[in-house]
Amino acid sequence: MLLEVRDLHVEFKTRDGVARAVNGVNYSVAEGETLAVLGESGSGKSVTAQAVMGILDMPPGRIAGGEILFKGKDLLRMKEEERRRIRGAEMAMIFQDALSSLNPVLSVGAQLGEMYEVHRGMSRKDAKGKAVELMDRVKIPAAKERVGDYPHQFSGGMRQRIMIAMALALEPSLIIADEPTTALDVTVQAQVMDLLAELQRELNMGLILITHDLGVVADVADKIAVMYAGRIVEAAPVHEIYKAPAHPYTRGLLDSIPRLDQKGQELYAIKGLPPNLLAIPPGCAFNPRCPMAQAVCRTDVPPLYRVTESPVERTSACHFWKECLHG
Amino acid sequence: MPEHNEPAYDPLQPGEGEAIAPTGQGGPMDLALDEAESLEKTLGDDSTGPGPGPQEKPRSLWSDAWHQLRRNPVFIISSLMILFLVIISIWPQLIASGDPLQCDLSKSQQGSSPGHPFGYDTQGCDVYTRTVYGARASITVGVCATLGAAFLGSLLGGLAGFFGGWGDALLSRVADIFFGIPVVLGGLVFLSVVTSTTVWPVVGFIVLLGWPQIARIGRGSVITAKQNDYVQAARALGAGNSRMMLRHVAPNAIAPVIVVATIALGTYIALEATLSFLGVGLRPPTVSWGIDISNAASQIRNAPHMLLWPAGALSLTVLAFIMLGDAVRDALDPKLR
Repeated sequence: MLLEVRDLHVEFKTRDGVARAVNGVNYSVAEGETLAVLGESGSGKSVTAQAVMGILDMPPGRIAGGEILFKGKDLLRMKEEERRRIRGAEMAMIFQDALSSLNPVLSVGAQLGEMYEVHRGMSRKDAKGKAVELMDRVKIPAAKERVGDYPHQFSGGMRQRIMIAMALALEPSLIIADEPTTALDVTVQAQVMDLLAELQRELNMGLILITHDLGVVADVADKIAVMYAGRIVEAAPVHEIYKAPAHPYTRGLLDSIPRLDQKGQELYAIKGLPPNLLAIPPGCAFNPRCPMAQAVCRTDVPPLYRVTESPVERTSACHFWKECLHG
Repeated sequence: MPEHNEPAYDPLQPGEGEAIAPTGQGGPMDLALDEAESLEKTLGDDSTGPGPGPQEKPRSLWSDAWHQLRRNPVFIISSLMILFLVIISIWPQLIASGDPLQCDLSKSQQGSSPGHPFGYDTQGCDVYTRTVYGARASITVGVCATLGAAFLGSLLGGLAGFFGGWGDALLSRVADIFFGIPVVLGGLVFLSVVTSTTVWPVVGFIVLLGWPQIARIGRGSVITAKQNDYVQAARALGAGNSRMMLRHVAPNAIAPVIVVATIALGTYIALEATLSFLGVGLRPPTVSWGIDISNAASQIRNAPHMLLWPAGALSLTVLAFIMLGDAVRDALDPKLR
């Protein structure tokens, strides 16, 4: 297994108390596999990714427990220097907003080349040549002429391509893409996703795709983990989950997608708001918003039930997963 | 629920929205997206397809600022004045043939005469020559004090802002203490014990009082720059602290420091004159506008020319630097305009 996150807990100290952003997350990614992490804002999907990358702001953040195994080694027990060598070279991250993730005062060539300077000790000139290669690889037209251009001179889609190029520069074995297409418009979204999927196949990388867009997930992901209030509430292979969700929250998310055949009708939305992380409801965190909630949901935290064992494991954290699956 | 298998963007084929193929305009979406790319580019490139022409030089923040400055009359006037001041402070002989210390008491307080356009002061020294030679002290003090304060302030403030924690807290309190020292009172106390006749004690004193202002600005702008996504991104791609600081934070945080330092240069020159006027700044035989103004102040009704020329030179110099600072601020931070 390339990456295994085991029972990860992350907390943030705030003025009003401790916000438990991640409460026992488990997931794994193999080489060449794509895991989509779904969830609303504040469900802990980005925080988990930041903990894996080791770029969590500490303090106020704190990893309260768990293990992050990367190629069998626990990242949380490594020295900072060792982790820094892994970051960028063996695991890399693509951020949501490419304009703010690129340094406005450096040309894109300089920023791409920086990867080779930092990790490979290349000279600035050699690094620039490599930068042109990278830009070609992510299909930026006229790469040679544009290598000296600054981020603001590129369009949104091109900037995201540059971010992808930066992440791929050293051919890492794991890529974490944190909502890579949210800031782009729909046509460009599709192209960027296709590019990412293509490069992933080519390099056989593991990909963690963080998103709240179910449409994006459908044809690139192998498996899906749905997060709610810092927990994974359902994990399943992508087609299973679209066919029959085993958690009411997943069902709610799927029902929220606007559909062409329901033109004119009011759009469905899950009622209520995501829980305050300072005061997560007792029992199942989703119970105040759940249409299927019973008395037991308000008292007992649901364990992860195994929905199917093989060929692929499928889990759900709902007391009534059977009803949900078949209802 | 088979509908869910349909991704929202399915009917749109990749390769249409953005100009991947070098065939030119892809559609209305393309236009909207590429709006940000500068007008100059699209103007000449209609026939050759997207992308910049080969000779087109990309514009960085700094070249953009320079472009802006060159067209600003305030910048041109102030920099010509400053250039002139710098030249005469290095080679005063170019425009003044006399010796500022060669005085003839018999001509005390006489008005202008051929060859001596500004007249004579109480000691019978040529006011024109002394005014020209006085530029050197002012410019030296202004430039050196600014460089010192900017270096010390941005170094300390930058480190404090970048690393935060107790070092930051300590530095901020120390800066507060220095802020609390009244400039004139502090100058009278500190400099009255100094016996040196060079400019360095004055420079040192101004640096001592000036660095906290720069440190505050530098600290603030480093904290702002540090929170940018690209710094986080650089960290995620494996950059170490020194690289993040020098390449990603510093270039994005330096602009406000430059602006404040340029404006401060003018006020430091005025401060030097103030201290010299009070008799604790520069001492004779150093020629300084502050000293000359001080000597002339008591004779203002008998011989106003003694006061007006050095005072006018001082005002123009301070004005030039403040104008320069203003122009630089406009160029580096268009939002403030």
